Amino acid sequence: MQRIGVFVCWCGSNIAATVDVAAVAEAMKNEPGVVYTTDYQYMCSEGGQSRIKQAIKDYNLTGIVVCSCSPRMHEATFRKTAVAAGLNPYMVEIANIREHCSWIHKDKEEATEKAVILARTAVAKLMLNAPLTSGTSPVIKRALVIGGGIAGIQTALDIADAGYEVDIVEKRPTIGGRMAQLDKTFPTLDCAACILTPKMVDAASNEKITLYTYSEVESVKGFVGNFSAKIRKKARFVDATKCTGCAVCTEKCPSRKAKNEFNMGLNNRGAIYIPFAQAIPNVATIDPEYCIHAKTGKCGICQKNCSAGAIDFDQKDEIIEREYGAIVMATGFQPIKLDNFEEFGYAQYPDVVTSLEFERLMNAAGPTKGTLLRPSDLSHPKTLVFVQCVGSRCSADAKDGKPYCSKICCMYTAKHAMLVREKYPDTDVHVFYIDVRTPGKNFDEFQRRAVEQYGVDYIKGMVGKVTKKGDKLMVQGSDLLNNEQITIAADMVILATAIEPDPSAKQIASLLTASIDTNNWMTEAHAKLRPVESPTAGVFLSGVCQGPKDVPETVAQASAAASKVIGLLSKDHMVTNPCVAQSNELLCNGCTTCEKVCPYGAIEYKDKPIVGPGVPRGTIRRVAEVNPAICQGCGACTVACPSGAMDLKGFTNRQIMAEVDAICK
Amino acid sequence: MQRVAEMMLERAKALLADGTVNRVVGWEMGEFFYDLTPAVFTADGLDKFVYNGFSGANLSKYMIKECAKDGKALVFLKPCDTYSFNQLINEHRVDREKVYIIGVECRGMIDIRKIRDMGIKGVTAIREEGEELIIDTIYGEKKCARKDALLEKCLCCKGQEFVVYDELLTTGEAFTVGGNNRFAKVAELEAMTPGERFAFWRNELSKCIRCNACRNVCPACSCLQCVFDNPKSGIASKANADDFEENMFHIIRAFHVAGRCTDCGECSRVCPQGIPLHLLNRKFIKDVNEFYGEFQAGADNTTKYPLTNFTKEDVEPSIVTNRGGEN
Repeated sequence: MQRIGVFVCWCGSNIAATVDVAAVAEAMKNEPGVVYTTDYQYMCSEGGQSRIKQAIKDYNLTGIVVCSCSPRMHEATFRKTAVAAGLNPYMVEIANIREHCSWIHKDKEEATEKAVILARTAVAKLMLNAPLTSGTSPVIKRALVIGGGIAGIQTALDIADAGYEVDIVEKRPTIGGRMAQLDKTFPTLDCAACILTPKMVDAASNEKITLYTYSEVESVKGFVGNFSAKIRKKARFVDATKCTGCAVCTEKCPSRKAKNEFNMGLNNRGAIYIPFAQAIPNVATIDPEYCIHAKTGKCGICQKNCSAGAIDFDQKDEIIEREYGAIVMATGFQPIKLDNFEEFGYAQYPDVVTSLEFERLMNAAGPTKGTLLRPSDLSHPKTLVFVQCVGSRCSADAKDGKPYCSKICCMYTAKHAMLVREKYPDTDVHVFYIDVRTPGKNFDEFQRRAVEQYGVDYIKGMVGKVTKKGDKLMVQGSDLLNNEQITIAADMVILATAIEPDPSAKQIASLLTASIDTNNWMTEAHAKLRPVESPTAGVFLSGVCQGPKDVPETVAQASAAASKVIGLLSKDHMVTNPCVAQSNELLCNGCTTCEKVCPYGAIEYKDKPIVGPGVPRGTIRRVAEVNPAICQGCGACTVACPSGAMDLKGFTNRQIMAEVDAICK
Repeated sequence: MQRVAEMMLERAKALLADGTVNRVVGWEMGEFFYDLTPAVFTADGLDKFVYNGFSGANLSKYMIKECAKDGKALVFLKPCDTYSFNQLINEHRVDREKVYIIGVECRGMIDIRKIRDMGIKGVTAIREEGEELIIDTIYGEKKCARKDALLEKCLCCKGQEFVVYDELLTTGEAFTVGGNNRFAKVAELEAMTPGERFAFWRNELSKCIRCNACRNVCPACSCLQCVFDNPKSGIASKANADDFEENMFHIIRAFHVAGRCTDCGECSRVCPQGIPLHLLNRKFIKDVNEFYGEFQAGADNTTKYPLTNFTKEDVEPSIVTNRGGEN
């Protein structure tokens, strides 16, 4: 028989102002199993905790109910208190009479009645509690970072710095990601390549870091501390150990139809290519879709010109299998497609470009070698119109576009405007904006500098239509502050395009059973308090895959994710949550319904010898087995199991029924 | 029908003789000629094997037990029975390798209750003549239209497709079955007010004597131990708050088989009290079709059925209140 103590907390006036705490303590005296009740001003304080410990000893309590705030707040505190007094931590139940009661009610009588019911419910559950013991599972001291942009690189560098092995898997032929495509970075205007490429070199030369470029994660199995991943290293048709990166092949290649992805398709590249001069690894890659040799078996000009003999047309994809303790998602973003935003004429007019294309047009390594020329006729544009919020902040019922703010556009548009005015003082630069959102260190000052020192013309309003008249783009928009419709004859229009998660994120998230939100951003474990962890244990989030971010934020989050990974890898063993599902093998009929509903892949079916009353000797049945290290205790299997064979330790069906009965009493 | 039965017997003998199977699962005569019962035959007992208009029993579920035995068993499945068998494969309850399936032609099975309801009593034999049934009774010969005497499940026949089999036995003779809209009665119930609907089910379920025939015959009810028989489940042998609580058995059972029920109609066929239990299952099937797209349990044996599959497009729980209606 349980000997239960009930401890009712006032939480200062948080609870006591609305709930008659003494009456709750008094009412609990009559509950079966309860041998001691009390109330106290702050149960979580040192004084409150010592009262609990004393009562456990004095009254030989087998379990305690604390009527206080949400278990998310202080369950761990009171479990520690119980352990200190010699109780099993899972013999503690919390009745949430603050968030679920005092904070949401006004009438003291009603609130007290409800608090009594909540306390009684916790007592009823505790009557059926059993001590639970945590298990352990080993931690493999190696991390996998998916994505080799600035986020992935920073996370990997920090993990490696702590002494752990890290693998970066990057689907493109080089690491560097989106940041490598940028020209200058706000708010200090240092060149992106100058600050990024040293980090890329660091990552490549760090002996703890292994780079798998032109590679994709194909499957992931396992659980926190114990993942096993299959990585497909795609054939480059170039022997990376021999290629010197001299780039002779890329110049000689006769196929010139492939769009240069690095320059956002503004020019073409060879079928054999190195994405950019500082690419890491500095190794050529053959794009089989455009390679004449791959298509017809003839050509081979690259092979003839390669002094290193690195071209290997017979190269095959390679599958690498590796085990990891932690996985970091750093899959980044892409600008959205603008095909359906017909009002801006992006698809019709070459001189309407996205901001990322504009970065390439301004960049010394870009298609125009850094001279700003408009794509249609390579002339110097004199009037430039920037349009903000293209595809961002769209209403929920809009067919295309995103409901969220892409966050980085206000700043990079100010940057572009400023850079254009700096380099070409003869230009007129107009910016259409809905709001200017520039919080951040030195951000607002930066935007004001664009207006006040560089004379950028900010117009509050949106562009309705872009049409062509002669060689000018007629930009029609509204000027809300002057309450008038205006038309600007522009030479170039730059659209601050919304960003969206890289399309690979969704697929990788499903491999990892990590959750994503309605916009395909990765979901964090807690929006405020656990922003770099995914709800799936052992999976961490770095950079823009979690939501729009600029470079400094990305780097900060990348380092935060790394610190979480280091914290995990520094442990030899993981303590597992004992509140996990358990299958009663005598009842399990092997139907696999639980396996189908398990969001974590924690359930496996195995042929097992079954021993029990009424089971013939030597019976072998295919039954469900829960891996306690993977199970998160969500309980989906327990409700799906038609036989009632699946039960959740600490939250058994009987305990929940007892709670329901107590509420309905 | 007689010709198919002869072909079946012939194939059973041949498969037993060449060692493909060591036993046959079929139907034998029960206490009355219309009371056919599933049975397991070996070579020397085959003379009791019967296949006629009363072979309504779905043999799929019997294969769970047969699969635990040594050697391969032959089973005869009608088209609709094959859906149940396929669903059991999906749920790993049967071992496909241990069963030899002969799909047999079915032209609709007869419901003796419907014949009795026509006022025809003392039935001693029934034979088919085209679309008519010739019924011998102790009071002389009677006749009725075949379609008026068919089982409810046959009036809503799934068709003549076999979804799993090793070989087929069909005569190729033309005949007609089914054609009724299986959701017509469900729609009628949906159109009622919650109060009327509650009254309807209270009335129907009040006839229940808890004989468990529906559960025992249901191919989806294949648990080793039913939660209603498990003393630890908190449901078994519990005193009822009122007489309707006992009837909740049927609603809980409908929830347990939801998404897995192939609509084989066995529950209503075996109910000695004539409760239209299939309507509960059909309500679920109709809802699943409407919420998650057309779905037929057992149509294949690999699909993850809608209720165990989560997608972002799934309906929200608020659908219950939205569709409940005012009392």
